[in-house]
Amino acid sequence: MATRAETSLLGHFTAAADAARRDAAARFARHGLPTVRDEAWKYTSLRALAEVDFTPAEAGTAPMPDLPVLRDLPDMPRLVFINGFYRADLSAPPAWAKPSTAPDLTQVAGEPFAALNTMFTQDGARLAVPAGMDAGTLLLLTLTIGDGAGGKAGAIVLASPRHRITLGAGAALSVLEITAGSGSYLHNAVLEVALGAGATLRHRRLQDEAERAFAVATLYADLAERATYDALIFTVGAALSRTEAHVALTGAGATLSLDAAQALAGRQHGDITTMLSHDAPQCRSRQTIRNVLDGAARGVFQGRIDVARAAQKTDGYQMNHALLLSPLAEIDSKPELRINADDVKCSHGATVGELDADQIFYLRSRGITEAEARSMLIHGFLAEPLGVIEDGPMRDVFDRALLRSLRTGAA
Amino acid sequence: MLEIRDLHATITTADGQTREILRGIDLSVPDGEIHAVMGPNGAGKSTLAHVLSGRDGYEVTAGSAMLDEQDLLAMAPEERAAAGVFLAFQYPVELPGVGNAHFLRTALNAQRRARGEAELDAVQFLKLARAEIKRLAMRDDMLKRQVNVGFSGGEKKRNEVLQMGLLRPRVAVLDETDSGLDIDALRIVAEGVNALRAPRFSALVITHYQRLLDYIVPDRVHVLAAGRIVRSGGPELARLLEAEGYAAIEQAA
Repeated sequence: MATRAETSLLGHFTAAADAARRDAAARFARHGLPTVRDEAWKYTSLRALAEVDFTPAEAGTAPMPDLPVLRDLPDMPRLVFINGFYRADLSAPPAWAKPSTAPDLTQVAGEPFAALNTMFTQDGARLAVPAGMDAGTLLLLTLTIGDGAGGKAGAIVLASPRHRITLGAGAALSVLEITAGSGSYLHNAVLEVALGAGATLRHRRLQDEAERAFAVATLYADLAERATYDALIFTVGAALSRTEAHVALTGAGATLSLDAAQALAGRQHGDITTMLSHDAPQCRSRQTIRNVLDGAARGVFQGRIDVARAAQKTDGYQMNHALLLSPLAEIDSKPELRINADDVKCSHGATVGELDADQIFYLRSRGITEAEARSMLIHGFLAEPLGVIEDGPMRDVFDRALLRSLRTGAA
Repeated sequence: MLEIRDLHATITTADGQTREILRGIDLSVPDGEIHAVMGPNGAGKSTLAHVLSGRDGYEVTAGSAMLDEQDLLAMAPEERAAAGVFLAFQYPVELPGVGNAHFLRTALNAQRRARGEAELDAVQFLKLARAEIKRLAMRDDMLKRQVNVGFSGGEKKRNEVLQMGLLRPRVAVLDETDSGLDIDALRIVAEGVNALRAPRFSALVITHYQRLLDYIVPDRVHVLAAGRIVRSGGPELARLLEAEGYAAIEQAA
C-alpha cells in the first residue's frame, strides 16, 4: 500500500510528454520510496518521510535567505539555485558557463530518488568546460526555502535540481558546492559528472541543510582515461541525509579520491553510500570517511567496490573512521568488495572510538578547559579531510560550518 | 612555595580493591629550589606527580598540597596549570591532527586568560616560540608537526621542555623525564630545566636513576619508599643511593 508521501508525490506528477519522465513515474509508482527491507537502504529508514505531503517547488523571486553559511563567502564566480531554479539575479556566472533551463534527462538512472528527481526536475547547472581549459573555481549554491514557499498548508517543499558538470579532455575545474536552506523540505538533488581524458575535477561539497530538512543527493560520475575526480563531501546539516555516489572508472589510469566527513548531533542521521565500478585497468580509488557523532546521532557508511574482469592492476582503498562522543551515538559500516579481476589491490577497514581520556588530561594539564580540549581533539580527528581543502576562504567556509555544528551538538 | 602535608591517596584497582599508594607525604619545595624525589619502582613516585596535577583515578583521602596560598587539590587540572603547576609527562601523549603551534598557543592563551592577562596573537606567539626553540637548541619544524605524532622518545621529552619554557610555570613536576633518553637528549632536557632556574621557579624532579641529577643538580633529594618520604638530604644522597641501592636506605629508615 502506498504511503501518504508516495500518493502525494504521484498526485503531483502531471503526465508529461517526455518519455523519460513517464518512465521514471512508472518506476516510482511500482517501487515507491525505499524501505529498510531494500538492501541498499538497510540502515536508513525513511519512516519520518512516509506520512508527509509534498509540494513540488516552483520558480520564485525570494531574496537570498540569511543563513550563517552564506556569510563571508569567497568572492568568486557563482551560480545560485533556490528551490531548484536558477536565479540569474543572484548569480555571477563565469563566461564559459551557460546555465540553461532545459533539463537533460537522457541519463535516467534507476535509483528511487533519482527517478523522483527525473519526475520533477526543472532546472540545474549545466557546466561544460571545453577541452584543455582550466576554468578555475566556481561556487555552486543550491538553497531551499521550506517555510512559506510551498502551496498547500501542511505540505513540505520538494526541490529537485539536477546539475551536470562535463569536462572536456584535459580540462580542469574546482567546484565549491554548498547546499543549505531553511524550514522543512526535501532537497532531492541529482549531480551528473562526466570527465574527459586527463580532465581534473576538484569538488568540495558542504551539506549544511536546515535542521528539519531531508536531503538526498545522488551523484553519478564517469571518469575517462587518466581523469581525476577529487571529491570531499562534508555533512553537518539536515535531520536525515543520504549522499549516494555512483562512480564509474571507465578509462584506464583514472584516479578517484572520494573522501567524506560527517559531524552530526542530536537525532541527526547521515548516510554516505558509495558504489564504485572499476571498469578499466590501472585505476586507483581512495575513500576515507570520518564520522563525528554526538547525542543520538547515527552515521552510516556503505561502500561497494566492483572490480570488472578487465580492470587489472586496480588499486582500491576504503576506510571508515568513527568517533562516538556519546553512548547513544551509532555508526553502521558496510564494506562490500566484488572483485572479478585477479591482479588487484583492494582493501577496506573501519575504526570506532571515543575521545581518549589521556589526550583530554594532557590538554587540561596545560591549562586548556575540558570543553576546548574536546573540541581540539574533534578538529584533530577531522584534520585530514579538512586538510584536503586548500587554505584560504574556501577552507574557512568549512571550518566555520564545523564549528557551528559542534556548538549545536554541545548545546 | 609548594607545600605537601600528610598527603594520602588511594587507587581502586580493576578488581575493585582499594590500595593506598601515598601514605602521608610531607614535602616542601621553597621558591627557587629544585628538589629530586627518588625511589624504587612502586614507591608512589608517579602517583605523587599525578595527584599534584589532578589526574583522574586517584582519591586523596587526607592531607593537603598548597602552592603559595592556593589549595591545589580543590582545583581542576586546567586551574592548577593556570596557577603555575606544570607536569612533564613520563609518556607524553600523541595528539593526531593537532598542530604543535596551535596546541602551544591555545595552552598559553588559556592560562593567560585564566590569569586575566592579555592573549597573544599569532605573530606575538610565533616570536616567543621561535626564541624559546632557539634557546633550547631545537629544530624549527617542531612547531609545524602534529603534537608528539611520530616524535622519537627524545623529541617528545624535548617538546615537554619546550612547553615548560613557554608556559613558565611556578613549579614544574618532572615525572621520570629521563626514562628512555640517550645522553644527548638528557643533557638538553636538563639544560631546559636549568635555564628556567629563577627566584620564582621551583621544580620537583622525579626519577629512578641518579644519572639525570648529574645534569640537574638538586638542592635537596628525597627518598620515597612505600608511599612515604623516608629520607631527605643534599645532592650527595643521590650518589649514595646510586652506590648502595634503595634497599640499604629503606632498611636504614
